[in-house]
Amino acid sequence: MEQVPLSHILILSSALFFLGIYGFFSRRNMITMLMSIELILNSANINFIAFNKYLFPHQLEGVFFTMFIIVVAAAEVSLSIAIIINLYRRFNTIDIEDTTTMKY
Amino acid sequence: MNSYELSSLLIVALPLLSFAFLILLNKQLKPRVAGIIGTLTLATTAILTFYVASGYFFGFGMENGAYVHHIALQFQWLKFSDNLSIDLGIVLDPISVALLIVITVVSTMVHLYSLNYMHGEEYFARYYAYLSLFTFSMLGLVMAVNIFQMYIFWELVGVSSFLLIGFYFTKPSAIAAAKKAFIVTRFADLGFLIGILILSHGAKTLDFFVMIQRLTQAGSPYLAHFTATSFLGLSTLSWALLLVFAGGAGKSAMFPLHIWLPDAMEGPTPVSALIHAATMVVAGVYLVARLFPIFAISAPDALLIIAYIGAFTALFAAVIACTQTDIKRVLAYSTISQIAYMMFALGVSGWGEGQTEGFTASIFHLFTHAFFKALLFLGAGAIIHAINSNEMKDMGGLRKALPITHITFLVACLSISGIPPFSGFFSKEAILSAASHSNMLVYYVGLFTSGLTAFYMFRLYFRIFWYKPVQDHHNHEKHTWAMNSALLVLVLGAAFAGLIPFGSFVSATGSPIILPFNPSFSVVPVSFGLIGIFLAYYFFSKESDRADKTVAYFGGFYRAAYHKFYIDEIYLFVTKKVIFNLIGRPAAWFDRTVVNGILINGTAVVTEAGSEAIKPMQSGKVQSYAMFFLGGVLLLVALLFIQFM
Repeated sequence: MEQVPLSHILILSSALFFLGIYGFFSRRNMITMLMSIELILNSANINFIAFNKYLFPHQLEGVFFTMFIIVVAAAEVSLSIAIIINLYRRFNTIDIEDTTTMKY
Repeated sequence: MNSYELSSLLIVALPLLSFAFLILLNKQLKPRVAGIIGTLTLATTAILTFYVASGYFFGFGMENGAYVHHIALQFQWLKFSDNLSIDLGIVLDPISVALLIVITVVSTMVHLYSLNYMHGEEYFARYYAYLSLFTFSMLGLVMAVNIFQMYIFWELVGVSSFLLIGFYFTKPSAIAAAKKAFIVTRFADLGFLIGILILSHGAKTLDFFVMIQRLTQAGSPYLAHFTATSFLGLSTLSWALLLVFAGGAGKSAMFPLHIWLPDAMEGPTPVSALIHAATMVVAGVYLVARLFPIFAISAPDALLIIAYIGAFTALFAAVIACTQTDIKRVLAYSTISQIAYMMFALGVSGWGEGQTEGFTASIFHLFTHAFFKALLFLGAGAIIHAINSNEMKDMGGLRKALPITHITFLVACLSISGIPPFSGFFSKEAILSAASHSNMLVYYVGLFTSGLTAFYMFRLYFRIFWYKPVQDHHNHEKHTWAMNSALLVLVLGAAFAGLIPFGSFVSATGSPIILPFNPSFSVVPVSFGLIGIFLAYYFFSKESDRADKTVAYFGGFYRAAYHKFYIDEIYLFVTKKVIFNLIGRPAAWFDRTVVNGILINGTAVVTEAGSEAIKPMQSGKVQSYAMFFLGGVLLLVALLFIQFM
């Protein structure tokens, strides 16, 4: 059975990465920005898995790293949501443009 | 550590403890309790001093027929290099032990006397604390093993004298006098410090005894190196010693650094007694005596300069003393004159066989002078206490009102005038005899000065106790037991201290010498003294116009002397007009425009503008931060790309 070549997977992960970047910069809704960040992290995960499988099939470092990233991302999301809820209580909005009081 | 060493440590430590105790509890203690604590501490110190002195002079001090120095305590305090360190310690040798006796006895008497004199002062406990500090500093100074240790205590003496002279700190003149004393002596100490640095650079040590050994032995490489270079006809060593002497001249009020001493009487009178008799002013003499072997063997030219400065100051101050009308000021100038006697006695002394009597005579005079000068000042204090005035015109005919003061004052006057058999006679004879053997010019100046001394002291005596008919039969001395007893103890010293065979205890080399006592030599100085007394009697025994007529005859010279030869005015002119305008103003301008304007304000302006310019970057917009972050990452990627392509 013919394997999917590595380049295909890398193109997929790059596409996912830049979609995430684009979303992060273009959206004003904090929840959407958070989802974009998840996309970026997942594109990195795909890279880890792909390189692990294609270059070092007998080792598991890439898989473990992916696990770590998923755990860290979950923790990060819970923190971010907490911050967003607090911001909402204070400003009554989750628009990133309206919460700019932390400056000089 | 044997009992003598322990006692010598206690001698310095007790006054320090007393100071700490009194200054910390000065609000809690009752004034009388504070005074008694201070006095008892000092009395204990004096007793310990006598114990140590008897042990030293009649016991462990003598080795092979000569007194040697004994290091009672020494430890390293600051180490700069392998062979240069600052040590702290205690040295016992003939001059330091003699000075210890003088300091502790006079200081104890001053403490005792102040119980009455300062009674009712608001800061009584603080006064006693300062007295203890002053005594501690002076004791540390004379016991120093190391020239730098001496310098530390030297400055402590300066600070404590500042505190005591300015004790009446609500009086502007007292503040001015305290500042003047501090600044003038501090200025002189600059010379001392430079001298120490040069000496220690040359001798590679700060220890007195190592330094003396290295700089006096013939053929010593240190000495050869030191005397190899010269400047203006004097070797580097002579210059270093003269700079050290400049510090001594500041403390000992030698011309032209004497201007602080007459003003220092703004402090309480017992303090003047302490400064003038036992502490502070004798520090300079002690310093020269401490380094005497170096002066005498390796730099006789420096010693000659000291002799001339001393002789000039002695005469100069005696002339001024004849014209002053404030009794404490007369005594202050008399102190300058007498200290100058000690200086020129050191100056005319040499090292060889039979030439060192000047050294012994100088310390001898220091010893006797301490007693009669303390007595004179404390007597003056009693007079001021009784009539509340320093001016001669308010006095006269006080012999019935102050009988004890009268008798003790008379003894002190006879003693300072060199009339036998009082103590001043013996020491002054020794000084004049030493001068006559080495330098006739100095001898004649000294002789004339001794006549002047007798004149101005008896002028003081007659103006205070005679001059006017007795009006006040009320005895002022009934309630001043402490003052009376201090006077009575000191009068014993003033009368009999001269009978001590001083030469067998203190000499330059350590081996006892016999001070020449030659009645045929004494005739001339004693008759000078008697002529002075007779002149004073002629002018001032009764109210008359004889003095005024003579003053009119002297005219301009009298006015110049009355105004202290305008030395203060010259100082004011030099500092205010010359130094302020030529150095002070340009320096102030430089400070204001360059240092403050350009350097300090300029930095502030640049920083502020820079921060204003970059402040908007902190916009609070998370996405713009992320944009910068992304830009940075892309830049790094591009750089890495270029690097590896």
